[in-house]
Amino acid sequence: MDTTVKTGTEENVWGGGSENRPLGASYGKMMMWFFIVSDALTFSGFIASYSFARFKFADSWPIADEVFTHIPLFHGNYPMIYVAFMTFVLIMSSVTMVLAVDAGHKMKKNSVIWYMFFTVIGGAIFVGSQAWEWATFIKGDYGAIETKGGRILQFVKADTGERAALRDFATPLHEERVSHTNSKGVWFFGETTLPSFSVNEVITGFKANPNILVRTEDIVKEGERKGHKTLLNRSESLERLAGSKYVVEGANLIHNEYGNRLFADFFFFITGFHGFHVLTGVLINIIIFFNVILGTYERRGHYEMVEKVGLYWHFVDLVWVFVFTFFYLV
Amino acid sequence: MAHEHKLEIFRGRWKFKNNIQKIWGVLLFLTIVTAVEVVLGIYKPEMFMSPFIAPFEPGFFGSTMNVVLSPFIYMKPLNLIFIVLTLIKAYYIAWDFMHLRDETKGLRRAIVWTPVFLIAYLVFILLAEAGYIYDILGSEFVKWNF
Repeated sequence: MDTTVKTGTEENVWGGGSENRPLGASYGKMMMWFFIVSDALTFSGFIASYSFARFKFADSWPIADEVFTHIPLFHGNYPMIYVAFMTFVLIMSSVTMVLAVDAGHKMKKNSVIWYMFFTVIGGAIFVGSQAWEWATFIKGDYGAIETKGGRILQFVKADTGERAALRDFATPLHEERVSHTNSKGVWFFGETTLPSFSVNEVITGFKANPNILVRTEDIVKEGERKGHKTLLNRSESLERLAGSKYVVEGANLIHNEYGNRLFADFFFFITGFHGFHVLTGVLINIIIFFNVILGTYERRGHYEMVEKVGLYWHFVDLVWVFVFTFFYLV
Repeated sequence: MAHEHKLEIFRGRWKFKNNIQKIWGVLLFLTIVTAVEVVLGIYKPEMFMSPFIAPFEPGFFGSTMNVVLSPFIYMKPLNLIFIVLTLIKAYYIAWDFMHLRDETKGLRRAIVWTPVFLIAYLVFILLAEAGYIYDILGSEFVKWNF
């Protein structure tokens, strides 16, 4: 099986020879560590820039517990539960990966196959959950108004303190509103799908319904509502709504109903980059899984390839631990 | 590929008979830490919501202490707890799952200290700058919240 071209440098410590291994690590393992260290720096760059944006808008950053509150198939408000489940799935698939590596050291082919299989399943569940989380985040929940200054105004029911969705109070006005298309534009641009309500309809509905109040992005610093978002009274609300520009439903890279638009940008970017790592990890694990079944490593005499892929897989888990903390907990 | 495994965690306080038992032990520990994080994150105990120490008066001594003790002065203790628990989890993932515990000391140090040093520096400069920009935004010099 050994098809490597001999270069005559095997005797040299740093020559890449298989016998003389610098720092006790084989060439492939060393290169995997090089990759992991540089990838760790990439991720820390992302998370550090997220922290930058968050420090900059420390008083008005969205509260993660109010954004990620859904569980598939259940209605209601369950912050953190689903992410905790995802974290556990990923840690669990890390465990099956270590078990696969351990079985590989003992040359137990069948155990390696089964543990690799469970690892792939765990990774698939995680990616699926991630996709569901994205879909929920993009679809949005309550809807909000974006002001001329790019701030988000959300709505709350005054009596219960619960969030009010636009559909609960906006008054349909049946105004003429045609989707802009780029064939009618002066310059080349079109328009995405219109939101369910126009700004006018939301404001008319707000005026007609005295039970609705506006909630701004600012976090209260003192008093009873400390740590919550600021609630305006009726007259302050109307004053703030005078600056309305858009109706926002859900989130994309430009508008975001949950608050600061940078929050959605970083959410898509960081969890997306991590999700892509998980996806490639699953694909590589599948390749290795089939190689194990075909007996490639049995013939090679060692299962080091499983170990190297395992390193990557654990790294993905390691990154998620940090993303979990900085996106959902802190 | 005979591998030597070091079979104890918590500086030898918890010893295992074989590598597989150690893996399950580490999983148990990581699960407990995650559960603690989730419970703290949902209930947010009031005692952890405001910093333990008030900032010192500016001056040579006060400003130095503000920098040295900044995690306890400017951070909610809850967030500090989360970050410490995360680093603990990261340690056990790297040491036992990525089996850095069994690698040579040189490889381990090269892998750990290079990013730690670079990340600490990156985070320091970015957060110092972000704090400055936060002050500018709060000083009404720029109108952004309208």
